Amino acid sequence: MGAKMVNFGGWDMPVEYSGIMAEHLAVRTAAGLFDVSHMGEIEIQGPEAIALVQHVTSNDAWKLVDGQIQYSGLMTDAGTFVDDILVHRFAAWHYFLCVNAANQDGDYEHIAENNRFGVQVDNVGERYSQLAIQGPRAKEILARLTPVALDGIRYYHFSRGPVDGVECLIARTGYTGEDGFEIYFSPEHTERLWNRLLDAGSAQGLTPCGLGARNTLRLEAGMCLYGNEIDRTTTVWEANLGWICKMEKGLFLGHDALARQQAAGLERILVGFEMADRLIARDGYPVFSGGREVGRVTSGSPAPFLKKNIGMAYVPYDLRTPGTELHIGVRGQKAAARVVKLPFYKRAK
Amino acid sequence: MYPAKFKYSQEHEWVSLEGQTATIGITDYAQNSLGDVVFVELPKVGAKFSAGQTIGTVESVKAVSEIYTPVTIEITEVNGALAGAPEQLNKDPHGTAWLVKGKASNAGELAKLMDAAAYEAFIAAKEKEAGH
Repeated sequence: MGAKMVNFGGWDMPVEYSGIMAEHLAVRTAAGLFDVSHMGEIEIQGPEAIALVQHVTSNDAWKLVDGQIQYSGLMTDAGTFVDDILVHRFAAWHYFLCVNAANQDGDYEHIAENNRFGVQVDNVGERYSQLAIQGPRAKEILARLTPVALDGIRYYHFSRGPVDGVECLIARTGYTGEDGFEIYFSPEHTERLWNRLLDAGSAQGLTPCGLGARNTLRLEAGMCLYGNEIDRTTTVWEANLGWICKMEKGLFLGHDALARQQAAGLERILVGFEMADRLIARDGYPVFSGGREVGRVTSGSPAPFLKKNIGMAYVPYDLRTPGTELHIGVRGQKAAARVVKLPFYKRAK
Repeated sequence: MYPAKFKYSQEHEWVSLEGQTATIGITDYAQNSLGDVVFVELPKVGAKFSAGQTIGTVESVKAVSEIYTPVTIEITEVNGALAGAPEQLNKDPHGTAWLVKGKASNAGELAKLMDAAAYEAFIAAKEKEAGH
């Protein structure tokens, strides 16, 4: 396929096929196809499954109905992130978690260690491959290969049914900020489904996309990347992810630490920023305010659709207001930037 | 593919010498590895560099790469077109997307660089190493 491959945490992954810019723009204007089979999956089943899910995550899984999905944090008892995950409810006693590739085994161990409810926990990463089709034309393209009524699957919900005859979990989720679907299925069908989807979508501009575009798309959409914005040192409040933290659901790992931090106030918080001109902020570059170094860029890159240079960084809490001036150290120069509201890009409804 | 009249560095720059004027660019291999170029930072006219020093940077969407001069040079001209159209570096790295021109007089430095055939062998070995 002419992909440029890179070793990503032990997986051989394509960074780009036709070029990051072309792939990124395809997702925003037509559709892109991603092989994200490296992602991990964990199943939690049993009468007390909900108790375990509630105990180890930040969001309130009681709110889910069958077929619904929520973004959540897998928590340490310090209120920081073991991982960020998607929790799918098959039934009140059966949950399916999609987790980051690099964290799959660590997440499984963490959940198993905290399983004081006698629930069945399985690391099922090897049982599932995953393809993501994302963009305004994703639905019409996927519809060609499935009898499932895709209009009936609302955002952050899923259904099950055949795609090109292959039994799939079809979820209306994604990591791009566009409408689209992530489909999960048994691995022996990956190549065929990949090719069939590309064929079905070629007339609509369906473009194979690699990790490079995956990163620029999620950054433009203001989404976190584990290891960059969130990790075991960042709390839910600091990461500006309070909307996935439901303190009122009851006790969970990290609840007390988060309550203490809420009462004490935050020292730092994650913000989005835009560069003033053509200099580009990159991961790890220093952030200055009034000549003093106050933080580091967590993710920085050009934004291909918005045609700006953007980034995210942890800054002192009092610098969080949109419009606040910052400087980013770019190869020894101080490049002007300002705090902006997240997300940088939001798709039209 | 790789012009016979150029000499090549291990950092994937090319040099073309006409009289005392050297022209420097990056190779097709370099632009292909970088991906879509979004920004090129070039030195000022009059700046002087020894062989091997950093004279600027090329940025793609995903990476920043320094440009090293293969020869000792005093910059007399920079390619202004790249400021407004950095993507030209992907399209024509050996031609219209040259980076700088300058006075270079150390012929011995040129002799240390690779000719086109040696450079092609060099990058073929790199691709093999990377398992492509």
